[in-house]
Amino acid sequence: MRPTAPLALAAALVATAGLTACGSGPGGDPDTVKVVYNRSTDNANRFKDEYLAGVKRQFEKANPGKKVKLIPIQATETDYSVKVQQMMRSARTAPDVVHEDTFRIGSDIEAGYLRPLDDHLAKWPEWERYLDSARRATRGEDGRTYGVPDGTDTRGLWFNKDIFAKAGLPGDWRPKNWADILDAARTVKRKVPGVVPLNVYTGKAPGETAVMQGFEMLLYGTGPDPLYDPGAKKWVVGGAGFRQSLEFIRTVYDEKLGPDVSDALDANVGTNVANEWLPEGKLAIALDGSWMGQHWIESGGKPWPQWSQLLGQAPMPTRTGAPPGRVSMSGGWAWAISARSGKPELAWSFVTTAQRRDNAVRWAVVGAQIAVREDVAADPEYRRSMPGVEFFTQLVRHTHYRPALPVYPQVSSAIGEAMEAVTTGDASPAEAAAGYDAALRDITGGAVVKRDR
Amino acid sequence: MTGAGLRTAPRRRPLRWLPLAPATVLLLLFLGGPICYCVYLALTDMRLTGSSSTSFVGLDNFRRAFGDPDFRNAVVLTLVFTIVSSVIGQNTLGLALAVLMRRASRPVRILTGAVVIAAWVLPEIVAGFLLYAFFRREGTLNAVLDQLGLPAQNWLFTLPILAVSFANVWRGTAFSMLVYSAALDAVPKEVEEAAEVDGASGVRRLWYVTLPVIRRAIGTNLMLNTLQTLSVFGLIWAMTRGGPGNRSQTLPVFMYDQAFLKSLIGYGTAIALLLLLVGAVFATVYLRLLREETR
Repeated sequence: MRPTAPLALAAALVATAGLTACGSGPGGDPDTVKVVYNRSTDNANRFKDEYLAGVKRQFEKANPGKKVKLIPIQATETDYSVKVQQMMRSARTAPDVVHEDTFRIGSDIEAGYLRPLDDHLAKWPEWERYLDSARRATRGEDGRTYGVPDGTDTRGLWFNKDIFAKAGLPGDWRPKNWADILDAARTVKRKVPGVVPLNVYTGKAPGETAVMQGFEMLLYGTGPDPLYDPGAKKWVVGGAGFRQSLEFIRTVYDEKLGPDVSDALDANVGTNVANEWLPEGKLAIALDGSWMGQHWIESGGKPWPQWSQLLGQAPMPTRTGAPPGRVSMSGGWAWAISARSGKPELAWSFVTTAQRRDNAVRWAVVGAQIAVREDVAADPEYRRSMPGVEFFTQLVRHTHYRPALPVYPQVSSAIGEAMEAVTTGDASPAEAAAGYDAALRDITGGAVVKRDR
Repeated sequence: MTGAGLRTAPRRRPLRWLPLAPATVLLLLFLGGPICYCVYLALTDMRLTGSSSTSFVGLDNFRRAFGDPDFRNAVVLTLVFTIVSSVIGQNTLGLALAVLMRRASRPVRILTGAVVIAAWVLPEIVAGFLLYAFFRREGTLNAVLDQLGLPAQNWLFTLPILAVSFANVWRGTAFSMLVYSAALDAVPKEVEEAAEVDGASGVRRLWYVTLPVIRRAIGTNLMLNTLQTLSVFGLIWAMTRGGPGNRSQTLPVFMYDQAFLKSLIGYGTAIALLLLLVGAVFATVYLRLLREETR
């Protein structure tokens, strides 16, 4: 090394340090609250943007001099959360208010991304009106609450009465067990060629859609606590229900009762079901969510005036029809405040504006949400909002929430892989279940409880 | 520091490095810093979410990778993708186009050049969606096959790695074509003519005269192509997302899946470093070949 080289290096390092030391202050303008939310990948679907623009107007009117900056992220649900997690890692890029899916909230609480809201909630009279189940969904393992839920959802079977009539199936169809569903699908396949008999979401690309709408709607109908044992505080491996659920998926795709496998594994399958297959009469039975109607109302992505006459709804039965006889999963989203926000007061005031009673009702209506507040649930506007809202609201009684634990997103990803393996035929249900067990041990560091298959 | 030797060599003044300082600073800041940070991350169990503490775990991530069947699958697919689409596809097709275009008439040359280069100029993500639309089950390819009365294919599902390899050939051939066009212009006319007079056929002339002359260009082109292909992400992500299953999950896609979808930043970074290693292996092989050629 030449004698000047170390000198040069030292000088360069000094200059480097100087360059990195200067940066803008965190959080930007102290009078602007930054709100990040996910925008639908369906360009015709902008009800959330419109609703939030309304909240922004109210907030700015009520707080002169303060501004709301809405930051929409148009991406799939998975990509949205990745992006937001990266934003929340640094005070410079962290938004103030975040719309969080309650199934990721546990993970983000654990990562220290979110701010506990207990002090605010204690002084907020509206909090009394929220259902217990919804409050539990945003509670961390430390017992503190990190988000204000703005709605939930339930899931069940949608079926096309037209196709059912052609297949000679009843218009008031009520399957009692899984076999009934498969029989109906086989009948449709035989008698109405050219339509897809049954859609059950599956695989990695649809993400949580496949895991929750597809797999867990089956799994939670196989017995108590099939995924996580709250008594032992451990995840379950080797459960018979897990394999049975995979067998159901395998049957659907093996017997070609579902969509073509390549369509099923397409990341946009959810959009296709809502905007093409159901409205165009290409799909007989869909295991899907309570919100489907929002796609078909006048301001939806695919206006379809006849939907409420053409589509019937039935509760998803348990595997053998064992009590309570029906099963539903519930999720939902919540408003949370970033731990690195420099304006928690202003952020909180945005959250309470968004959750004012009139706004909460409006969101439940335009967002096709199932109410999480008793005053919203009783609101006549809500009860009239959508055909089927009564049906899906009563499913709340037998619904299950996902284990809101930090590792849940990773568990979900492992379930998606097991589903994809049986859907493509790369693995048998037993092999895929064994693969899931291995992945689960890896994720939880071996903290699992074994059930006998 | 006194001596007669100093009179023959000019004094090294400390200020001589001054013109180089800005570049050095920028390199340290934007290249050296992140690389060191990456190496550090690969030795930790950092997560994107689900854990607020990060601890040092040594070589655990690398041990885990070598024991992970998904990682081995990604390495194999990366090699298939790189060899099929870059070494064989882009390289050979680029050379063939360049050779043929020398003999073509001007309008043909301009038209072919424009089409091939257009594919290259497209942003990766746009090319990805175009080819997704082409290969899809209801896509252009099957519509054309249907018209011709041939059975429909579902490449994205049955042979996804070949579909994305083809896409990469379609997109990247222009680069090889340009490199080879320039190289062929440097082949001396006299040598070619002499070979022709001696009665060598076109193929033999190419093999014994043209190729040896443009050897260096071949090496350079292979190197650039391979390194570019190794890091292709957007194209595969837009077309297949690494699926179905993990049948088109090359290393960059696998890395994204682990780091961002499974939140394992530390493990994902370790995979990134291993990808760097794969690139280094290819580069070393090409460099050796180049060196032997120049002897």
